[in-house]
Parts: sequence; structure tokens; C-alpha cells
Amino acid sequence: MASNVSFRSLRLDGVGRDFGTMTALSNLTLEIARGEFVALLGPSGCGKSTALNCIAGLLPTTHGSIWLDDRRIDTLAAEQRGFGMVFQNYALFPHMTVRSNVGFGLKMRNVPKSEADLRVAQAIATVRLESQAEKLPGQLSGGQQQRVAIARAIAIDPPLVLMDEPLSNLDAKLRLEMRQEIRRIHQNLGCITIYVTHDQEEALSLADRIVVLRDGAVRQIGTPEDLYARPASLDVAEFMGYRNAIHGKVAGRRDKVVSLAVNGTTLEGVAQGEIAGDAVVAVIRPDDLIPVSQTMPGIEAVVEAIEFRGHDFFGSARAVGGEELFFRAKSRLAMGEKLRLGAETSRVLVYPKGA
Amino acid sequence: METRLPLSLRLAARGLDGVTLLVLPAALMLVALFIYPFGYGLWLSFQPKDGSLLGNYLKFFSDAFLYNTIGTTLALALPVTLINVFTAVPVAFRVRKMKNQRVLTTILVVPITLGTVLVAEGMLNYFGPQGWFIRALVSFGWFSPGEIRLVHNYWGVFLSLVITGFPFTFLLTLSYVSGIDPALEQAAATLGARAAARFRHIFLPLLMPGLAITFCLAFVQAYSVFPSAVLLGAPAGPTRVISIAAYQAAFEQYDYPLASAIAMIMGAVQLVFVIAVLASRRLFYRGPAAGGKG
Repeated sequence: MASNVSFRSLRLDGVGRDFGTMTALSNLTLEIARGEFVALLGPSGCGKSTALNCIAGLLPTTHGSIWLDDRRIDTLAAEQRGFGMVFQNYALFPHMTVRSNVGFGLKMRNVPKSEADLRVAQAIATVRLESQAEKLPGQLSGGQQQRVAIARAIAIDPPLVLMDEPLSNLDAKLRLEMRQEIRRIHQNLGCITIYVTHDQEEALSLADRIVVLRDGAVRQIGTPEDLYARPASLDVAEFMGYRNAIHGKVAGRRDKVVSLAVNGTTLEGVAQGEIAGDAVVAVIRPDDLIPVSQTMPGIEAVVEAIEFRGHDFFGSARAVGGEELFFRAKSRLAMGEKLRLGAETSRVLVYPKGA
Repeated sequence: METRLPLSLRLAARGLDGVTLLVLPAALMLVALFIYPFGYGLWLSFQPKDGSLLGNYLKFFSDAFLYNTIGTTLALALPVTLINVFTAVPVAFRVRKMKNQRVLTTILVVPITLGTVLVAEGMLNYFGPQGWFIRALVSFGWFSPGEIRLVHNYWGVFLSLVITGFPFTFLLTLSYVSGIDPALEQAAATLGARAAARFRHIFLPLLMPGLAITFCLAFVQAYSVFPSAVLLGAPAGPTRVISIAAYQAAFEQYDYPLASAIAMIMGAVQLVFVIAVLASRRLFYRGPAAGGKG
């Protein structure tokens, strides 16, 4: 059931929202093409839910404008926008059956009953809940309620589906299943999906494009591959899973490759952007940081903990400089063992301090 | 041999343990203050002065001066309760979104704490023939002096029941309205429901069970009106409510059995309405008014 609504893109133009003197979201500018899946990613309080509510029309914007092609929509009430929304707590109508919940939007649009019945049945089939159609939401499991919420949002054939952390109330296994389900539904619909999450893994696996927000401001917009490999700043890197941050001084440079002096040893990494000063921070993912021989560049550290992960070991160590480091190892190392931890140069990202 | 658990553990498994004893004071109070007086009153009502079994009830239903009190009281209690419940709903919807809810709630609780007698005294002054309210209406030229009266008649009691009853129904309604997850309304809005449709399809069905309870409690309260019917009404005529009849039987004719019978009839009328309203609740969804987990 591909979306019947014809449109090309959604455009956010400097969208912002203040609460009194507090700015929850500022200057969000983004153009999303039809068929795109965009994730708004950030820690709690970063403004991602505010952005979603502004797009949905549940919260008036204080700055900027929102456009669906040439039609300005931020001045319309939520009920006039016709976007499908999936709420974090699902917000299913507890007194209506699954079928009535899913059919509610069509009923509000006065769609003739025969057509509405057909579309409701399709939406319920899309989320594979045919056998539960006559039940009340209270009789369903969390995962099933989640599916009903999705079916209800897509039954109205919206140009835009908005999802507010829809998987956060589910257990880990169900979350993985639903993730694939959401991606499949998005592909079948061919509409725009905007997905809010604080889980980088979820955003990376689902989205075509990710908008990283922090303190109400956009920090980076890019494809999952971009964000994963080339975070624009230190805090984005940290958010994308670069858990090891090592402070050092620039000791030498060859093109983009920077040598860092860290407490008597050296480390090599790739400069991210302009590095003007002397003080830099190198970030490395735990999976890229491994024990290396004493002749290789690296950091001296003492093993503090080690845990078995199946195909390898995951350890934490204290660097000579005092930083806590997380690394991967092929064998079980002894507590207190001294070692040198290093990574491939291309896997070490170097940022100017304070970026 | 199978070892048996100690008696205390076996009792605990059936829900009887030390904590159960804490129910005892309340249970005793209930017996002493409610069940015994009720039982005694019921027994007394079947001991009329003429020695028959149903004499009091026959007397009540054969004397228009007595049985008309049922209708008189209903004519006050029903409209007042309906008005209170139906005005409480929109006010509660507005107040739900207010920041200074506490201030308003405090102001509204005042009439409840003051009691009906003080409110009645105030109303006698304010709504009386020389009170501000009537004089203001007259000075605006809307009425000539003596054309309207708001005390010592039906409207005096009516107003006092609204004033003392509204805060009660409002506070109850507010708690029911606040109990509905705001995300449900947002969800309905994103699905295209305008405000009126959101009220009709989402709020109203979820509120109905609560409104039914509110109606019952407010109705029972209004039906047993006494002080304001005497102080603000015309206790000999238009506001001769059923509790006045009971009072007169008990303390003017010293006929306690008849007074008990009237009290039993009063209780029965209230019960009929309460049962009817609660039974109609079955037509509606009863359950948590939240939209899912979380």
C-alpha cells in the first residue's frame, strides 16, 4: 500500500522552539525527500522530541517555517496536517478495539465504510495482527501494542510518519525484530519517516540520514556511514561510540596524519578538520583498540577488568595518564598486567581540543 | 510424615496475618456507626404506633403531604446534580491546563469547609431582598423592586446546592479528567480529529464511568439536603424536602418509627438512582485511561 499522496519533499526552514527563556530547539534546517528515512538522534533533552512535536503540530514553533513542497504547514493545526504519529507510550485508545483504533483516522476523514474496512484490514495485515483485530489494547503485549500504533499511523496514508522513540519500551529481542519491521514498512509505504531516538545503533541501522542534536542545536547531518567514520566533532564522536578519548600534544604531521605525544609514548591518527593549536584529543572505538607490541605506537596501560564476549574479550585498562580505556583482546589477560594499546592510524580520529 | 506449616503461616497464605488486625478499628466503627443504626432504624420502621407491620409505610404513601416530599426533593436534587456535573466537565478541562491549579482548587474547597449553614447565612444577605445582588439587578433597571426573589423559595435552595455542591463535583471530575493520558488527545489530533470529535470519541467514553460515580455521590448529597432547605427555602411548601418530613416526624410529633420509615424511603429512592446510574456504566469501557505501557 504505497502512499497515494503526491508530494516531493518536506522542508524545515530554521525551525526553532523556545520555552520562555529556554531554547529547546534552534535553527533546524533540513530538506527531506520522499522515501527517505531520517533519524533525529541525541541524548535526552537535546530537542529531538521537540522537533518531532513541532513537525506533528502538537507544539507550535516559535521560529522558522515548515513546508510540504510549496505548502506551508507549520501554521496548520495537527488535525489538518494529516501526518501519522507513533507515540513513545503508543497512546492507543484504550476503549476501542484494535480495528477501531486503526480505523479512527479514516472515520475522522469520513472515508466510506467499505473502503475504510479494506484499508484498515490492509494496515492490520501490514503489521501482521490479523488475529488480534477484535481485542482491546489492554489485552495485547507491548510489542503488539506497538504494531497497532504503527498500523493506526499508516492507515491514513500519511505523507509523513513520525515516530517518537517507538522501541524504547520493548525488550532487547523485540526491539531488534521491530526495527526490521519498521524498516520494511517504511520501504513498502514510500513515504517519509522521521524517527526520534537516543540509541545510536538504532539510528545507524534504520536511517538513510541522521541528524545529531545536542542542546537544541544540530551538530551534524549525514548518512550513517558518514557519522560512523567521520564524526564532525568530539561530542558527536563520543555519541557514535568512540568511547576512548586520549589527550595529547601534536608531535609531528605528515599531511593529515598527526603524531601525538601522550605521556612519553606516541600515537598516530588522522586529523579531523583544521588543527590549529597544540593540544589535541584522539578518539578510538573500543573495538579498534588492541594490545600491540612495544615497538608500535600506542599507550601504556594497566589491565583493570576483562570480560568474555564469545568471539573475543572486552577489557578496560587504566592509562599512565589516568584515562580509562576500553579495548578488545584475543585472549584473557591478567588483572594488573601492563600492556601497550594501539590502533590502526586510520581508526584514530584526532580533533583539536575543545572541538 | 508430611510436616504441617504453622497455623500463622497457613492463615497468612489465605490473606490473614497481623496486618489484617489493622482493619478491626474501622470495621468496629462501621458496625457501631452505620450497620447497627441502620438495622435498628429498619426494625423501628416496622414498629408503627398502631401496632401493624407496614403502618408507617402505608401512612407515608397515603398522605400527600408526606409522599409529595419525594417529588419535591427530586425536583431539587436532580437538576442541581445534572447542572453541577455538566458544568464541572468543561471547567475541569480548562483547569487541567492551568498552571495555578492549586490556588483555584483552594478557592473552590472553601465553600465545602465552611459548611452549608454559613453559606446559607451569607446567601441570605447577598441574595436577600436588600442584598447587593438583587439591588444591583434592580438598579440596572432589569427588574422592578420585589419582582424577583432568590431566597425563601425553590431558587434559594437550588442556588445553595449549586454553590456547595459544585466544588465537590468539580474536584472529583478534575481528578478523572487529569487521569486521562494527554497523549491520547494528541494521537486523536494527529489522526485528524477536531476538538469536538476528540471530546466525543476519546474523552467522553473514558470519562463516563467517573462521571457516573460523581453523579451518584453528588445526587445522594443533594437528595439529603436539610439545613439550606430550611434556612433558604420555603420549608412549609415548595422546598419541603423529605429530610424535613423525617425531622418533623421525629422531633415535632415524636414518632420515631415514622421518622425511621421516612428515612428508609429516602434511602431507597437514592438507591434506585444510584443503582440505575451504576448499571448504565456497564455500557461503557471501564479500565485504565492510558494508552499503553510506560
